[in-house]
Amino acid sequence: MSSEAAASKSTEALSGTIDRKIRVVVAKPGLDGHDRGAKIIARALRDAGMEVIYTGLHQTPEQIAETTIQEDADAIGISILSGAHMTLVPKIVELLEAQGVDDVLLTVGGTIPKRDIEELKKLGVSGVFTPGTPTDEIVEFIRDGVKGRSREI
Amino acid sequence: MEPASTPATGKKADVGETEVAATDAAAERDRSAEQEFTTMSGKAIRAKYGPEDVKGEHADKVGEPGQYPFTRGPYESMYRGRNWTMRQFAGFGTVEETNERFHYLLEHGQTGLSTAFDMPTLMGYDSDHPRSLGEVGREGVAVDTLDDMERLYQGIPLDKVSTSMTINAPAAMLLAFYVLVGERHGVTPDRLAGTIQTDILKEYIAQKEWCFPVEPAMRLVTDMVEYCTDHMPRFHPISISGYHIREAGATAAQELAFTLKNGFTYVERAIERGIDVDAFAPRLSFFFNAHIDFFEEIAKYRAARRIWAREMKETYGAKKPESMRLRFHTQTAGVSLTAQQPLNNIVRTAIEALAGVLGGTQSLHTNSFDEALALPTEEAVRVALRTQQIIKEETGVTNTVDPLGGSWFVESLTDELEAEAYDYFRRIDELGGMVEAVRQNFPQREIGEAAFTFQRELDDKDRLIVGVNSHVHDEEEVPLLHIDPALEAKQVERLLKTKAERSQSEVDAALAELKRVAEADGNMMYPIIEAARARTTEGEMIIALQDVFGTYTETPVF
Repeated sequence: MSSEAAASKSTEALSGTIDRKIRVVVAKPGLDGHDRGAKIIARALRDAGMEVIYTGLHQTPEQIAETTIQEDADAIGISILSGAHMTLVPKIVELLEAQGVDDVLLTVGGTIPKRDIEELKKLGVSGVFTPGTPTDEIVEFIRDGVKGRSREI
Repeated sequence: MEPASTPATGKKADVGETEVAATDAAAERDRSAEQEFTTMSGKAIRAKYGPEDVKGEHADKVGEPGQYPFTRGPYESMYRGRNWTMRQFAGFGTVEETNERFHYLLEHGQTGLSTAFDMPTLMGYDSDHPRSLGEVGREGVAVDTLDDMERLYQGIPLDKVSTSMTINAPAAMLLAFYVLVGERHGVTPDRLAGTIQTDILKEYIAQKEWCFPVEPAMRLVTDMVEYCTDHMPRFHPISISGYHIREAGATAAQELAFTLKNGFTYVERAIERGIDVDAFAPRLSFFFNAHIDFFEEIAKYRAARRIWAREMKETYGAKKPESMRLRFHTQTAGVSLTAQQPLNNIVRTAIEALAGVLGGTQSLHTNSFDEALALPTEEAVRVALRTQQIIKEETGVTNTVDPLGGSWFVESLTDELEAEAYDYFRRIDELGGMVEAVRQNFPQREIGEAAFTFQRELDDKDRLIVGVNSHVHDEEEVPLLHIDPALEAKQVERLLKTKAERSQSEVDAALAELKRVAEADGNMMYPIIEAARARTTEGEMIIALQDVFGTYTETPVF
């Protein structure tokens, strides 16, 4: 960890005496093994003071929904590069809704064509991040998005 | 690994285009005094190189093309004698769509085929498995049974066109399908030419597509090496791959070191099996990435040839020069492509392809400009193939062998990469070898560190990528390939039809025999071929072997 990151982490820890840490599930659905992005994001979020639960590879939508509920997550970052996003993301949304989970910030990252981004947003995905997005932008998006949600952090 | 050194090539230049012209000599000196120049992997680069930077005897280290230690190339005449094989990786949808793309590529001057399978096929799931939902035909072609494979290569002369198949964990099943398709075409196994990837170690390290725990997976690889040594003298049973290691975020030196160490591990297993090193080693081939740092990549290929030659000779006792001669396929770096301003990717790919050619590749895939967004369209694939043809037919770089040999900079960089690779070999040996290092997540962790460092440099603009954190402007739209979701249903229907038409008792008997051989420590290739002949699916064979060997779950590190 760089010294700046360590510093920002300790600042977080101080403010965390009142606020609990943001809990994020970084999830890898699908059969592909492209985990470079997921791991970079997981680490960047952790360095930014969040509690990160990385699911590991090859997760089913059921496993992801289950982890989100078990971990009482504030946000989910779904990393998907297999082209199956229009099958797997709606399935995850549906499973969460079925369990009455409606206060989790849902984000998706990966090679998502423009026309699918609109579709995903209609489904309730708050942010879609394509390759080349700076990690800071994602960190801020999650921080702001979680703050703006109904639940108290 | 290398310390997270700051600045790289031309980084933090503080120079907008308009200012370039205005350089005043003093300011220039100041900037170069402050700025650290490094390769993209973090190797420090000096202002100039001279004879003093090239150590050791030229004859021992560099030598002649086509001669030990092959630093200058595996063949004496290189591209003057024979051009590299232009081999575009293709596969999507069902076998019909992919077969059509194969014919299209051959008609446009491609000289070899390379098959991309879809995720379920790569993971050993049949198309009708619940885990396959939404993934059938998405990232490659779906192949479940021998019938699919036969349709995939319809109209392709298998005795003339060499075929590469990118598949690892279930490689044995796909090799069996291929042998049987050859049989149906009247081409015996000894006449089939091509390559199957089979490199399972790099799966655990980087690409993460597995079916079994490491040890039984290694045994299956050795079974294939043995089978091919006995029956398929024109076939490469393993393509030892650095490509995916690099794509996962490794540095050039890590790609070099982990790939070669994986290669040595396969060699050790085959020797332990009792196979003569000179009988199988000439059929091992390699697959490297061509990233954007031009000279570092060229040095990487040269170092790879030299290390492989030396170790095969001195450590593994190879006698035949062919066993020491490293030959490789190159693919330009998918990870270097940007979703932003995608047409710029044509330029990146051309530069990377040129590095592959100047590094002495035997075969080349050039990525298409739209691949950061989707699988490539026909037009994008054509431009990628034309890029290779332009290098070959217009630039003149193929007129002499190893034109960069003797460049003080290139030779010095080659030495440095070689030294770093040996440092990694030592660290891996200290952990108990590559299999153990993989179990302990050592290469995985090293790669993760390098990937994170690179991302941080991008975020801090210590490293620039045009269109991403430099020269950003509004997006240009390019037409993308869309895979018809109906193809998944079509493939599932085809699979169910095959299952309905075959003899279930034959399948059951074949699977029982496969399990028996797996438990009895025999070579599994033979019962796999017989099961494939009975039209047992890939997934059924994988499940049978998982009953014997179990599965694999990664403990992720980040």
